[in-house]
Amino acid sequence: MALIGPSGAGKSTLIRCINRLIEPTSGSIIVDGEDITRLNGPALRRARRRIGMIFQEHALVDRLTVMENVLSGQLGYVGFWRSQLRRFPQPTIDRAFEILERVGIVDYVDKRADQLSGGQRQRVGIARALLQDPQLLLVDEPTASLDPKTSRQVMRLLLGLATEHQLTAVINIHDVPLAAMFVPRIVGLKQGEIVFDGDPKRLTPEVLTTVYGEENWEPERGGDDDEEDDGDAGSDEFGLPETAAVNGAADEAANEQETSR
Amino acid sequence: MPVRQVGEHQVWRLRTPRQALLTWLGWLLGLIVVAVCFRFVSGQTMWVFVWDAGAQAADLASRMVPPEWSYARRLWVPLWDTVNIATFGTLIALVVSVPVAFLAARNTTPHPVFRQAALVIIVFSRSVNSLIWALLLVSVLGPGLLAGIIAIALRSIGFVSKLLFEAIEEINPRPIEALAATGAQGGQVLGYGVVPQIMPAFAGISVYRWDINIRESTVLGLVGAGGIGLQLDASIGELQWARASVIFVMILVLVVFSEWVSARVRQSIK
Amino acid sequence: MTTGSRRWAPAPFIRNPFLRWGLILGAVGYLVLAGASIDVNWVRVYQGMDRARTLFAGFLQPDFTSRWSFIYTGILESLTMAVLATVLGILLSIPFCFGAARNIAPLPIYLFCRAFIAISRSFQEIVIAIFFVVMVGFGPLAGVLTLAFATIGFLGKLLAEDIEDIDERQLEAIRATGGSWLQSMGFGVLPQIMPRFIGLSVYRLDINFRESSVIGIVGAGGIGGALNTSISRYEYSTTAAIILVIVALVLVAEYFSGVIRARVQ
Repeated sequence: MALIGPSGAGKSTLIRCINRLIEPTSGSIIVDGEDITRLNGPALRRARRRIGMIFQEHALVDRLTVMENVLSGQLGYVGFWRSQLRRFPQPTIDRAFEILERVGIVDYVDKRADQLSGGQRQRVGIARALLQDPQLLLVDEPTASLDPKTSRQVMRLLLGLATEHQLTAVINIHDVPLAAMFVPRIVGLKQGEIVFDGDPKRLTPEVLTTVYGEENWEPERGGDDDEEDDGDAGSDEFGLPETAAVNGAADEAANEQETSR
Repeated sequence: MPVRQVGEHQVWRLRTPRQALLTWLGWLLGLIVVAVCFRFVSGQTMWVFVWDAGAQAADLASRMVPPEWSYARRLWVPLWDTVNIATFGTLIALVVSVPVAFLAARNTTPHPVFRQAALVIIVFSRSVNSLIWALLLVSVLGPGLLAGIIAIALRSIGFVSKLLFEAIEEINPRPIEALAATGAQGGQVLGYGVVPQIMPAFAGISVYRWDINIRESTVLGLVGAGGIGLQLDASIGELQWARASVIFVMILVLVVFSEWVSARVRQSIK
Repeated sequence: MTTGSRRWAPAPFIRNPFLRWGLILGAVGYLVLAGASIDVNWVRVYQGMDRARTLFAGFLQPDFTSRWSFIYTGILESLTMAVLATVLGILLSIPFCFGAARNIAPLPIYLFCRAFIAISRSFQEIVIAIFFVVMVGFGPLAGVLTLAFATIGFLGKLLAEDIEDIDERQLEAIRATGGSWLQSMGFGVLPQIMPRFIGLSVYRLDINFRESSVIGIVGAGGIGGALNTSISRYEYSTTAAIILVIVALVLVAEYFSGVIRARVQ
């Protein structure tokens, strides 16, 4: 599911409430039948292990290598001293290699994170989250600092992985056409309230105005459109393709979240 | 830049009249302070000795040159002691400074009370010169290297902890957040997120302090805390200036060496 | 196709195994040798514990009154020494910092100034103090000269480096207008280094105050003398009082120094 909305609507806050990086002031968050807001220290850590988070600014430890950054996804499962000595169980290491190959970054395994490009760092962040073997993926603005081509590659990768591993993914994203292209369920937030929840096909100009405010949602003609204009699979008014790009929806029924303010 | 109208012309001055007055008053005040200080110092000075200074200096120079090079044989062990005082003192200080720094940094301290306590430790350590610590320690523990090592350590803790906790407060918080989000424990978050970020700073600070400590260790012997300062004290006490100048040469060589090491290590960290 | 089991281990900090093991063995060897050579008289240390207790007790009940006149004179001497030495040091360091800047000074002057600064910086203030005490006698004058000399080395080096880092074009521009050497220094160089100059001077005043509390041990004036006397007489309550006064003054000096430097930069 993609979260869209104007800046300050609370998308980032909402995502961070789910794993309690930000403490919600009231209400409850139920993940897989468990109320996250009621958990204490060790129980919260156990819950966080099942929730993988992918950050806008990648949030990698620069001076550590790609492999060390990816392995840090398993810190919740490994004791303090073993993790400091980098003695992770062999199955974990095997899985790490698999995931690195899947995201396409296995050649950089021993490179320091600060030697990678933005798109590569994003992949390491994704690998780290995947190594947690999570049930839920929280993704905060995965494409904000990426160019259009890398953005689409990353979105494709994310949604592909979500399908393969049958994960629920909550994706905070500002690029509405990109979201609509890949994600089967869109939730629009405005000033902390849900104002839209449904299929991207139902994102009419009226809906967008409700979410973002008054604006001319017609695609602006006049020369250089952006490179998104490749397919001519019949677009509606804002260049969104008629069919959703991902088949096999992520399984929302298993996870429900409610926030009430 | 103030511009005023004077008659028919526009006049530019660097400062407004008010600023100019304040500046002038400031300098006057400074001058008065200096004059008062000078009167006081002068009052404590026996000017007869001062007029004699040139002759004294010449006399001193003649006694110091040529240096008594044969004395150098007896200086190798004290020099070795001096290096050890500095090195062991720095090592002890590093071990203590790390927890103190983590307690003092706003983003890693478990509780503000700990932070205040750590800051008090740091302040005390920084304000008291290592020579004063050495004086106290020699009085309590007796003369010898131990007093010197502890004196160096006590002074260095404040220095290292202060720079280290400033480095800790400046780390990028995003990886820290990410590590917590994977379900890692506090210690693991520190080990994977904080420590790698402050490693270069820690190494640089340590070597820098070691270099300063070498200098400070050379004189601790003047109060009995071991090292080549003991020989210096003895030579000067016996007015053996030719021996003292050999000691000075050795100190100079040692300091140049330690500064070279320090610069090389800090270079390779970048 | 499965990838099978792949081993992974973190890369060592130093790649070259010879260098790595050489350093490790060297470090261990040094620690063992040095540790063995450190001769500690543990009996004396044990006996010293009593005195340590007295010292701590002294800190809990510092005695400001019995030796107040000595403390008072000592603190005044330290303060005045620090002020005078800093002023004198600043004035004298100006020619040196220009002389030690490769882009301003001709080679012989550059070498001379750099040598002077290096000597000033290599020796601890207390050693320099011994010299000045021999030359001008006991008392704060020796202290003033000592700290001024140390100030020249401190400011001279840092400012010379600053001058070497300046934007040359500003200097060229002033020269191109036909200014004299002095004018081009004043308008081309000085404004660029002024903020740091003020900041460093204030910082040095702070350091000079700290140092002034120590050089009295060899007779160069300041509170160090009173401190030394109180320790040698085992009057630890007075010692504690003096140290507390030193700490308090250092804090005050550091506070003001911080404020001024923030305002200037």
